[in-house]
Amino acid sequence: MAKLTGAETVVFSKPVSITATASTVGTKEGDGPLGKLFDRVLTDNMAGEETWEAAESAIVKDDLSILFEKSGVRPDFIIGGDLQNQCCGTNYGVKDIKIPTFGIFDACASFGEALALAAIMIDSGAAENVAAEVSSHFCSAERQFRFPLELGNQRPQTSTYTVTGAGAAMVSSADRPPYITAFTAGKITDYGVNDANNMGAAMAPAAAECISSHLRDTVRDAAYYDLIVTGDLGYVGKELLLQLLKKEGIDIADNHIDCGIEIFDKASQDTHSGGSGCACSAAVFAAMLYKRLRNGELKRILFVPTGALMSPTSIQEGKNILGTAYAVAVENEVIKWNI
Amino acid sequence: MNSESYDEMVKKASPDSPLLKDCIRAFAVGGLICVIGQMLTNFALNYGLDEKSAATFTSVTLIVAASLLTGMGLYSKIGKFAGAGSVVPITGFSNSVTSPAVEFKKEGYILGLGSKIFIIAGPVILYGVLTSVIVGMVYYFAGR
Repeated sequence: MAKLTGAETVVFSKPVSITATASTVGTKEGDGPLGKLFDRVLTDNMAGEETWEAAESAIVKDDLSILFEKSGVRPDFIIGGDLQNQCCGTNYGVKDIKIPTFGIFDACASFGEALALAAIMIDSGAAENVAAEVSSHFCSAERQFRFPLELGNQRPQTSTYTVTGAGAAMVSSADRPPYITAFTAGKITDYGVNDANNMGAAMAPAAAECISSHLRDTVRDAAYYDLIVTGDLGYVGKELLLQLLKKEGIDIADNHIDCGIEIFDKASQDTHSGGSGCACSAAVFAAMLYKRLRNGELKRILFVPTGALMSPTSIQEGKNILGTAYAVAVENEVIKWNI
Repeated sequence: MNSESYDEMVKKASPDSPLLKDCIRAFAVGGLICVIGQMLTNFALNYGLDEKSAATFTSVTLIVAASLLTGMGLYSKIGKFAGAGSVVPITGFSNSVTSPAVEFKKEGYILGLGSKIFIIAGPVILYGVLTSVIVGMVYYFAGR
């Protein structure tokens, strides 16, 4: 049974398996360093639709159908999220699939939340299979949060580039590695950051607090994990995370990577601080991390999707950008927790 | 950690924009746009237009050209390269009106394009007009 351990961590002693993953990305992501690993790379970011928002929903629908095919099951529930107002990207994407759906929002940390909630459903016996799915689209995010696409301006060096795509995982009661063995739910942090072009800075403290709580609650050392993988901190956020953790005596410099840094090639793709968006961590998990866990190259990872919480209104009204993160432990063996 | 000391950390970790490179590019492209403008003016004067009409011809031509380039998806590329060099001239103003028009057309001609076309240029128009009124009044009462 799932058990609350320490202040914020839930551990699973029963197998909660991830039996398949699916990733779909846009053209720029397909040209990036991980291009060959994704299940599907779009040839046109409009995905044959009339609007960017509809394109995102089409990507969601496609990615879920890839997931169902690869896992060989239709899940009992879908838990999904995106960046559009009122989860429209997800809702329009799943409407024809006719599977009960939980729409969630935790900005770019949504995939972590979806995995955590799916794991609880599997562990409790509420479901046999749950699809965790998130999406983002560069153009729909730009339109909602920033400027019109064709406005001729320059992006600051601290800005990140929203990933176009979707990532999904089938969380299942089937006993097959890798397993979700624990998760630590993030607390909302406010460190006074109000620059919407520096999301990495807004999210780094949330990631630091979440990782540090996870290690304390599980009585684990940072070196226990082959990799600690944050979602979309980018180059600026990564440096801040390492510094913040160092102040607490935790050194993850050797085993930390960030999905936002992995997905684009900074030099040739002009993406400044890196990639961001819900799909950034989800697509990298589905395409790269899951495969490396399956082939045994990685045995245990701490996957930490990070989110910057704000709305166009909160930014206009001068409010700070809040941060959140979920740390999900994914390991190749079931842990008999005794803490 | 309080937000002031975190702010210090953020400042140190955040790379600055390459100021010198940006300035050189802005100077070159901004200058080039002005040169094109001057060529248009001279062209109009040679064809017998008076100075006022030549200036109008130049503005209108630059505005239309920037608007076309925006629609073709080229002005954003110029803007990314040149920064202020392509924002400050009249072509930048044209781009700031055309780009929301392109973006919000999908939300309809009235509530989409119609209401959002000045989303970027609106403040310039509003405060530009207000400033003109104030300067005009100062000129009227004090300048004569």
